[in-house]
Amino acid sequence: MSPLRSLWRWLRAATGDDAYERYRTHQAQVHAHATPLSRREFYAERLRRKWSGINRCC
Amino acid sequence: MLNRLLGIVLAAVGAIALGGIALHRHEPINALWLITAAVCIYALGYRFYAAWIAARVFMLDATRATPAERLNNGRDFVPTHRWIVFGHHFAAIAGPGPLVGPTLAAQFGYLPGTLWILIGSVLGGCVQDMTILFVSTRRDGRSLGQMARDELGPLGGIAALIGTLTIMVIIIAVLGLVVVNAMKRSPWATSTVMATIPIAMLIGMYLRNIRPGRVLEASLIGFALLLLGVAAGGVIDQQEAIRGWFDLSGTELAGFVIGYGWVAAILPVWLLLAPRDYLSTFLKLGTVMLLAIAIVIMHPVLRMPAVTQFVDGTGPVFAGKIFPFVFITIACGAISGFHSLISSGTTPKLISNEADVRLVGYGSMMLESFVAIMAMIAATMLDPGVYFAINVGAGIAGSAPEAAVATISSWGFPVTVDQMQSLARAMGERTLFARTGGAPSLAVGMASIFGTVFGRGLLAAWYHFAVMFEAVFILTTIDAGTRVGRFMMQDVLGQLWKPMGRTSWYPSVILTSAMVVAAWGYFLYIGVIDPNGGINILWPLFGMANQMLAAIALSVATAIIVKTRSLRYAFITAAPLAWLALITTTAAWQKVMSPDPQLGFFAAATDLARKLASGTLPAGRAAVAPQLIFNQQLDGWLTVLFTVVLWVVIADMLRVCWRSARGLPSVSTEVPRQLSQLQPAVGGGA
Repeated sequence: MSPLRSLWRWLRAATGDDAYERYRTHQAQVHAHATPLSRREFYAERLRRKWSGINRCC
Repeated sequence: MLNRLLGIVLAAVGAIALGGIALHRHEPINALWLITAAVCIYALGYRFYAAWIAARVFMLDATRATPAERLNNGRDFVPTHRWIVFGHHFAAIAGPGPLVGPTLAAQFGYLPGTLWILIGSVLGGCVQDMTILFVSTRRDGRSLGQMARDELGPLGGIAALIGTLTIMVIIIAVLGLVVVNAMKRSPWATSTVMATIPIAMLIGMYLRNIRPGRVLEASLIGFALLLLGVAAGGVIDQQEAIRGWFDLSGTELAGFVIGYGWVAAILPVWLLLAPRDYLSTFLKLGTVMLLAIAIVIMHPVLRMPAVTQFVDGTGPVFAGKIFPFVFITIACGAISGFHSLISSGTTPKLISNEADVRLVGYGSMMLESFVAIMAMIAATMLDPGVYFAINVGAGIAGSAPEAAVATISSWGFPVTVDQMQSLARAMGERTLFARTGGAPSLAVGMASIFGTVFGRGLLAAWYHFAVMFEAVFILTTIDAGTRVGRFMMQDVLGQLWKPMGRTSWYPSVILTSAMVVAAWGYFLYIGVIDPNGGINILWPLFGMANQMLAAIALSVATAIIVKTRSLRYAFITAAPLAWLALITTTAAWQKVMSPDPQLGFFAAATDLARKLASGTLPAGRAAVAPQLIFNQQLDGWLTVLFTVVLWVVIADMLRVCWRSARGLPSVSTEVPRQLSQLQPAVGGGA
């Protein structure tokens, strides 16, 4: 893979830009029968989880 | 063999760089010496000390399944590539603290702060972050509070809770004060910072309704809007009719920040907090990288002496001798207790392989410490006279410019009114005198660096970009912190009356948010009305609270190492713990007992009360004196509380270690080993 491509992939993963795609892959592998959340539902759910604990520092 | 050779080369280059710093005493040195010394010390620490800890003390096992693998749910437990976890973890731990601390500590000269940033991080802060990350990874990602309860006992758990809650209140207050001081009487800065709020909301709506979850493109749009905001602020500053709206006093701005914090804690996260956090992360990583490149290109000369006369405790930026106050002031750049809250909880749930804790835990803190080194460079490359004119409060230097330059020049740091005025004009500000808090002086430093490298014409825009950059993530810390404080408060109140514990019940949300905001809002307000700038009281208080939290984390870590490994290895956390206990206790002792009103809280209260009674105070200061007296006493008692909490935890840790050393039964909550299925077993540890 070219360095630019891998940088792009790192950037997407590090910012959480690809979170929904990862979730869909996981769902397809593990819970193939269940209906996955929509992009919008997933984003809302992700934010709720992320901001219910300490994740920013001084 | 190659490793040894590498080590010898690193040690030699590091020694030459440090030797260069030492030999160039009494003449200005180049910042590149500092950068070289820092990089070599980090490389040595990572390559040898961290590797030794990973292999011998933790015995990291690459074949052992991590919680991310065992409990993978595709959401919070997700096995993630180590460089991505590194990015997440660094974004979470990097805050405004390492920018402010070194800027203030620069009053002692560049050398003391730099040495502590390097030594403290390599032997203390990085080890703390890595150890807590490791023990939490072995315990399904449990939080520090839970581990304190499990491994030490209920007393340890309560102490961790008190520590976390108080540090949260103090940190928000002090950061709020930093922002207020940067915006005070500056229409450009104020309008730019205010514009970040609607921009964040716009991005929030975009991310939720238009293109859900497309974080990267939304951040890019937001970044462009933020730059536009900086430019628009410059235009507003030129319009006499509008600039008055944003030309606000400290108290007005404190009211704004307090109101903002309360509303932000109640609003749904998607609207304000989450999108602004994306923007601030984007801005933070970008600016840090840009700054590193610019410093290397510019390689400025450090004009501050290596050590100033203020090491004797007469410092005007904050009071206290170099020992222990340089350690208290640097805080997050060397070791930050707050990081242990991130290293337990969120990050361990992403670790896909135990061997990654070295890169993620130790490595992220190295980078954070490097940010502190850059802040130190930005502060000490300024003319020392200019540095002190910006960072010393009007109560000490004098409120008239002529008086201030006379006082500062008399310290041996010549500066003129003309020099300050032309600097202020270049930065697009009316004045830069007594702009305490660290943010304005850092912004001047950053603007000089960026201006030299990327074009001098934009100096004022760079200055306000730097202020906006700091303000954006300070505001993120303010509402994220208020929210966490609210959850803790709801947790406690929920024990008394069930409905209060429901995190989505609006009356409870509004009430508990108001309580948290009131707590930090009080300290912020007092800091704003304090004629000495407030920072010189609040920052040491924050430093002590933060180092106390680090001591709690290190106590938990030491107890775990003694229980699961052996007393022999306990020094890796026990040594930094002993040092922190020494510096925080000494600092607390001086803050409580010192008869010097500049240093001691109670002495200051008595001194002010005496002046008030004898009627020697000017009318303006007499009006706020009763509040300041009460606040000094409150701060004194808070310091006593910190010290008691610290020693209770240490005593509890010693009890647990003693039991373990005597072979008495002890609990360990480490999850038994399961073989990882993620990759073919490759023998050996890290």
